[in-house]
Amino acid sequence: MAGCVAGRAAQYVTDFMRYAAPTTVDEALELVQSEPDSRVFAGATDLIPQIRAGRPEPALLIDLKRIERLVAVSHNNGTWTVGAATPTSALTANTEFSSMFPGLSEASGLIGSDQIQNRSSWGGNLCNASPAADSVPALIVNDATAVIASNSGERTASVAEVVTGPGQTSLSDGEFIIEFQLDDPPANSGDAYLRLIPRTEMDIAVVGAAVQLTMDGDTVASARVALGAVAPTIVRVPDAEAALVGSRLNNGTLDDGTLAAVAAAASADASPIDDKRGTVQYRRQVAGVLAKRAAQTAAQRAQGAS
Amino acid sequence: MPRTHVNCTVNGDEVDFLSADDTSLLNALRDELGLIGAKEGCGTGDCGTCTILVDGRVNCACLMFAPEAEGTTITTVEGIAQGDRLHPLQQAFLEGAALQCGVCTPGFLVAAKALLDKNSDPTETEIRYALAGNLCRCTGYDKIIRAVQEAAVEVNGAPK
Repeated sequence: MAGCVAGRAAQYVTDFMRYAAPTTVDEALELVQSEPDSRVFAGATDLIPQIRAGRPEPALLIDLKRIERLVAVSHNNGTWTVGAATPTSALTANTEFSSMFPGLSEASGLIGSDQIQNRSSWGGNLCNASPAADSVPALIVNDATAVIASNSGERTASVAEVVTGPGQTSLSDGEFIIEFQLDDPPANSGDAYLRLIPRTEMDIAVVGAAVQLTMDGDTVASARVALGAVAPTIVRVPDAEAALVGSRLNNGTLDDGTLAAVAAAASADASPIDDKRGTVQYRRQVAGVLAKRAAQTAAQRAQGAS
Repeated sequence: MPRTHVNCTVNGDEVDFLSADDTSLLNALRDELGLIGAKEGCGTGDCGTCTILVDGRVNCACLMFAPEAEGTTITTVEGIAQGDRLHPLQQAFLEGAALQCGVCTPGFLVAAKALLDKNSDPTETEIRYALAGNLCRCTGYDKIIRAVQEAAVEVNGAPK
């Protein structure tokens, strides 16, 4: 079966890119450090289209999926540990996880088709650093932590600290994310993620909004609100969070005044761009609408509704 | 050119091939193994024309590097019939004329098989979501959806 593909125009990369599939974190770190022009990957669902679009290909591709920790999901002592290369389809199919974090599960399930779902991962979605990444706002409102492999041992960072701009992260050369850690939500909590796209499937967020709430009786005790696709990075909306905290539910729902304040704060904190997916004005408007709807859903889930 | 020796199971047969590290699994299937059912449409994971099953799950073969196939079990459209007997999906696509130019058909068949393997009685909405990663520019989809529904009846009713 030899007789390979040399000279074939259909290849999307140079003749020199090498592939490696380490089986331990240490082996992967050694590989990363052995070749300055290397790239770690999980599902490659962003990497391959980028290379095909003309991005310079790395000399060494490092496939992280053969490392057990990178694809392991566990739940121990009130903490979930999710390998950074775990396919998102494994998370949406995990009923225990999905019932505890319905919004995060739904956000993860919105990344592309079933074909993509079997390859896409939180680690890739985060490190690709698109402002429109669906899983990231939901990870941020659930206060997820990234465990990062580096030359000097493992370190942790909140997910919110990882992305610094479109396509840019705070990870140093030679570092990669091993896994994510998520504490079980407190009792009486709920999360939700909503995104707008012009069709029902297979598109990139025009706006995304994630909300996580914890109730104390019928009063909102704590709240986190994050928006996607309306700024260079995911943005938290402190004024919307402040409007939610202390508000009381009426017949199990947030009142109109609170929701109006959430929407106004989200619109105000959105600083989007004009592009083919939406104008600045439209995105600001939609950010408010999605934030208040997500807040309402999160509040209902916090009271035990699904 | 760096090359990797890849061992995997394709359509029930153990195969091995020598792959350039930089080529896609789709290219390897087509050029090394002669399985030309899966096709390259977009090359970026949008169209689903290269859909195959890897360990029972749908994947775009264009979005996998060939060496990633090591140790996996792969099914392509060539592997879904049983000998001369077409898979109920293939039969239903034929009888319902659920194709025109046919380029997308191998991908639709494999994606629909993956759906029926885990849900043999899907609703129309479930079928449409499951096939959202496959594009057809000819049929307008309705004939494809109906063919999958017909095949589901056959799968459910056929004595095993």
